[in-house]
Amino acid sequence: MAVLVIAEHDGKQLKPGTANAVTAAGKMGSDIAVLVAGHQCAAAAEAAARLAGVKKILLCEAPHYEGLLAENLAALIEPLAAGYTHLVAPATGFGKNLMPRVAALLDVQQISDISAVESPDTFVRPIYAGNALATVQSGDRIKVVTVRATGFDAAGESAAAAPIEKISPATDAGLSKFNGQEVQKSDRPELTAARVIVSGGRGVGSAENFRLIEALADKLGAAVGASRAAVDSGFKPNEFQVGQTGKIVAPELYIAVGISGAIQHLAGMKDSKVIVAINKDAEAPIFAVANYWLVEDLFKAVPELTKEL
Amino acid sequence: MKVLVTVKRVVDPQVKVRVKSDGSGVETANIKMAMNPFCEIAVEQAVRMKEAGIVTEIVAVSIGVPQCQETLRTAMAMGADRGVLVETAVDVQPLGVAKVLKAIVEKESPRLVIMGKQGVDDDNNQSGQMLAALLNWPQGAFISAIAINGDHADCVREVDAGLEKLTLKLPAVVTADLRLNEPRYVTLPNIMKAKKKPLEIVKPEALGVDVTPRLKILKVREPPKRGAGVKVADVKELVAKLKNEAKVI
Repeated sequence: MAVLVIAEHDGKQLKPGTANAVTAAGKMGSDIAVLVAGHQCAAAAEAAARLAGVKKILLCEAPHYEGLLAENLAALIEPLAAGYTHLVAPATGFGKNLMPRVAALLDVQQISDISAVESPDTFVRPIYAGNALATVQSGDRIKVVTVRATGFDAAGESAAAAPIEKISPATDAGLSKFNGQEVQKSDRPELTAARVIVSGGRGVGSAENFRLIEALADKLGAAVGASRAAVDSGFKPNEFQVGQTGKIVAPELYIAVGISGAIQHLAGMKDSKVIVAINKDAEAPIFAVANYWLVEDLFKAVPELTKEL
Repeated sequence: MKVLVTVKRVVDPQVKVRVKSDGSGVETANIKMAMNPFCEIAVEQAVRMKEAGIVTEIVAVSIGVPQCQETLRTAMAMGADRGVLVETAVDVQPLGVAKVLKAIVEKESPRLVIMGKQGVDDDNNQSGQMLAALLNWPQGAFISAIAINGDHADCVREVDAGLEKLTLKLPAVVTADLRLNEPRYVTLPNIMKAKKKPLEIVKPEALGVDVTPRLKILKVREPPKRGAGVKVADVKELVAKLKNEAKVI
């Protein structure tokens, strides 16, 4: 079993989900290679080479891989796939965009967002916003899989770095053009990698009021999250959304503030180790998944909590 | 410009599904069904582009059981001009969906295909990207804005880090994310009008497409339940519990 993991990176570093995908890959086969493709990404390749269990790095650099466009990356991966039994990527925005394109080019039915590996051809994946778990078996000659990071520990570091082999790029498909990203700089931890998350919902009421959430988060060294309702209302940008179609998180501590607990939100956080819910509505469905819940007005409870910590 | 939109019939997202006792799937009999919310956003986008004079015709496509005609009628009540149902009793998986849609695209020759980014039932998030691959068209997955500029579409995508700007050469496939628009409610007069719009029914075999599922579903089970929590009286008690009992702070 030879597994190729497609690394998500920003050129310098690997994104958090990649190390979890390597751990999942290890359950499918022991011969693991990682593809690091991008524009000027040698540093990311060196980081990948130090991941435990990785045997080889394939590094491919070209200007047309800037922005990791799915059209160009899929054209690069398709001919490489013949040498592997499995192609694996994190089920992040990156992997979700890229891997179905790769799978279709290979005439393979992708297995999305797996949370467990039962055997090299059998996987467990959440469906219906995590309200059911399906065990699925693939008969395709190559398994194309995306991995839910919260289902697998991140691969550690190995003492010896794996060798890096440079490979030549495919031609530019010329179908799409990357025109940059709008990214808000933040000193807070990344949502999907945070040990503690404080999330706000519709109850927070406004973008200004999110300062209360942020003050609590900073006291705890936590990441800030938001429910879909808070994002739809413009309190926070889309990258903060936790839920079925936003980010899936499972921190040690998740504090939900002013979040009622719609099915699609619970789907994104119910695997957190400890869940705290603060809501003035005693009937809020979020309480059903909370370890500790406090029925109180958040504008009173949150500043008090920030002070007590 | 002609646009193709796709609509999937799913269990109403407000309904909490139950796993069947024999572990073969989730209970869908006698359960309220609805148009997949992301597909509603896709239809709305097409209708707004038609209202803006960019789009001349909207063809809505659904794949599945005869009841998907209702989903197509909803799309037509929102403003789609006609519907195509690819009727099958098979629970078609994304690769099969993409192959069916490719056959329809080749027949209809749209300049743009707008789809929902994922079905809220199977949560696969694949079909749009797969269709783009099979057509060798560019893809704009998870878009929150789109503008047609000549032979290009300028898109804004919702990505993990924030927003990403992309220019796609037309024809292209795009998939709608939540913030693309807020779908309209259908009105009674429009529902009546939609009943008179043309709805064509074809079978996958007539399109030359094999929709046999590739993934075998071995079993479906309930996720592990969380233990019952405790209500705390005030912030002081909460902090004490988190420190001494849960030991997470």
